[in-house]
Amino acid sequence: MANLTLIQAVNDGLRTAMRDDKNVLVFGEDVGPKGGVFLATEGLTKEFGEERCFDTPLSEDGIVGAAIGMALNGLKPVAEIQFQDFIFPAFDQIVSEAAKFRYRSGGQYTVPMVIRTPYGGGIRGGLYHSQSGEAYFCHTPGLKVVIPSTPHDAKGLLLAAINDPDPVLFLEPKALYRAVKGEVPEGKYTVDLSTLRTVREGANVTVFCYGAMVPVCQKAADKAAEKGVECLVVDLRTLLPLDEEGVLDAAKRTGRVVVVHEAPRFCGYGGEISALIAENCIEYMEAPIVRVTGFDTPFPNTLEHHYMPDERRVLDAIERVASW
Amino acid sequence: MTPAELRTVIEPDGRVKVRDLGLSDAELLHCYRTMLRVRAFDDTCLKLQRSGRIGFSIPNKGVEATQVGAASALKKTDWIFPSYRDFGMALYHGIPAVAMMHNMFGNAEDSAKGRQMPVHFSFTEPIKFVSISSPIGTHIIQAVGAAHAMKLRGEKHIALASFGDGGTSSLGFHSGLNFAAVWKSPVVFLCQNNQYAISCPVEKQTASDGFAIKAKAYGMPGILVDGNDLLAVREAVLEAAEYARKGKGPTLIEAKTFRMGGHSTSDDPTRYVPKELVAEWEKKDPLLRFEKFLGKRKLWSEKMRTQYYDEAMAEIDVAAKEAAATAKPALETIFSDVYATVPAHLRRQGQQAFEVAARHGEAEAGDGKFPL
Repeated sequence: MANLTLIQAVNDGLRTAMRDDKNVLVFGEDVGPKGGVFLATEGLTKEFGEERCFDTPLSEDGIVGAAIGMALNGLKPVAEIQFQDFIFPAFDQIVSEAAKFRYRSGGQYTVPMVIRTPYGGGIRGGLYHSQSGEAYFCHTPGLKVVIPSTPHDAKGLLLAAINDPDPVLFLEPKALYRAVKGEVPEGKYTVDLSTLRTVREGANVTVFCYGAMVPVCQKAADKAAEKGVECLVVDLRTLLPLDEEGVLDAAKRTGRVVVVHEAPRFCGYGGEISALIAENCIEYMEAPIVRVTGFDTPFPNTLEHHYMPDERRVLDAIERVASW
Repeated sequence: MTPAELRTVIEPDGRVKVRDLGLSDAELLHCYRTMLRVRAFDDTCLKLQRSGRIGFSIPNKGVEATQVGAASALKKTDWIFPSYRDFGMALYHGIPAVAMMHNMFGNAEDSAKGRQMPVHFSFTEPIKFVSISSPIGTHIIQAVGAAHAMKLRGEKHIALASFGDGGTSSLGFHSGLNFAAVWKSPVVFLCQNNQYAISCPVEKQTASDGFAIKAKAYGMPGILVDGNDLLAVREAVLEAAEYARKGKGPTLIEAKTFRMGGHSTSDDPTRYVPKELVAEWEKKDPLLRFEKFLGKRKLWSEKMRTQYYDEAMAEIDVAAKEAAATAKPALETIFSDVYATVPAHLRRQGQQAFEVAARHGEAEAGDGKFPL
């Protein structure tokens, strides 16, 4: 066991996978000798050489398209997109190609690959270094979408993603890169790609969240507990495929649900959670299902702390739902 | 910069400049027969489409020499990342016409399990003929990734990426050529300049003097070849493949040819292609050109053409009948192959579809006609 930050856990995960399988390649913009703009790939070129951890031309379409070709032909590419905000030139490759190869070829051609990319606000990055685009990708059958919130899960989910036979989009909450620390087992272990994690037990209100919103919801739950409201906090962590049974079970246990994410609300992931509960167990609900999300605006710079759901907004929703 | 020089091997009268073609008479006749099989496949599909038996097809008339010439330069261990107009590459390498026909009908025997439109073939044997998608140019950069894997493993295989003039405007063309040149990937980029991207002529696609010279700026050799000259295309692809196998990197080949039919069976080319242009290119029909060449070698007769074509029509007719008689894919194939294992939510959705069918009967198939 080592006590690592989330970014160190990502680095440890990559290193573990590369030691385990020579077919694992890590590449993207500035990921080589520099080690990535957040240092996720620090030291990998030194240990594994330029053939296995390298810089690419500045083209997200190229990075993902090349990764698809490598995956088709037996390699296990782990591509980095420097910021999730820059992923859109590769949208076609991800949505039309990676996600559809198995289906459209009747299983003849498959693309086991991982795209890692930092997402979310909290670094004063403005419109183009802060977005949370998970909903675009969760609407894509054939893709898996994963967001860790702890160092343990970051490594375990990443290793599971690299082992997975299907393409996985691995979104890393950059706000947590160095803000959280935790025990991380040494060597290889995996965290199942379709299970949620109970962060905190509680009998009064269920709070669903993921990524950078997990610590925010934990703090809000602590505040609520001081006022006598106990929250069951659930980290969804594998958004696609979702642990639907786990979600319904957690919702039924309290009958009061708050869903929290940083991304805009309209057609956001919270709408899916809300609809899933409404369709399957509305009879258990004692209060409306409430969402706490980013606003339906572009992501602001100077006022980003107003945009991102914080402890106050989550607590406010918990109290409203609890007292309905 | 001067435009690239057009390479030819077969003169208009059928004579060739080189003595040793590196092909036996049997191989030459295999090329010829493959071109006729492509025509027979086209002719059959047009009839099937016009009579409503299949929804769609892509005519290959006019570009067969480019397809077959390029295919003849590849080994079975090479990978083809085809465009949708590459029937000749598949047939040349022995992909059975019936397997292609199953795809045209989207039936239970289709390798894509009826999930794609006709013409979107996917085969792994006897050569990797990689699953085709409809967005243009996406496969060009994928070929580079597959080739990079070959290079890392020290194999001497290559990937061929085939695309049209329109494809050169895509994102995948730029990233593909750029990555391949930087990585020295063993790729051959084959631009089949057939003059039109659906209705848009070349001058609406690029202000460049052709496509071959674009290679220069990417840092790779560019070759301009007469696409209606099977042997010239073969020679160019062989040269580029050899260069790639030696670890020297990619080549861009522009094969100048002409699509003598519509873009697809849903397209009427008389709306945008001048008659004079068609007449001019009909004289350059690649099949006639190759027949003249075979004739000079005493390998061809009018009778042979009739015989080969009739044999091809009979073969493809049997294939079409078999495909037409094959059942449609089962309902559960909607839900399989999305992932390696069917996740819980898809199992539930599949179950719901079966339950609705049990209560209300099967869904009714629409005519699926292109609304023209």
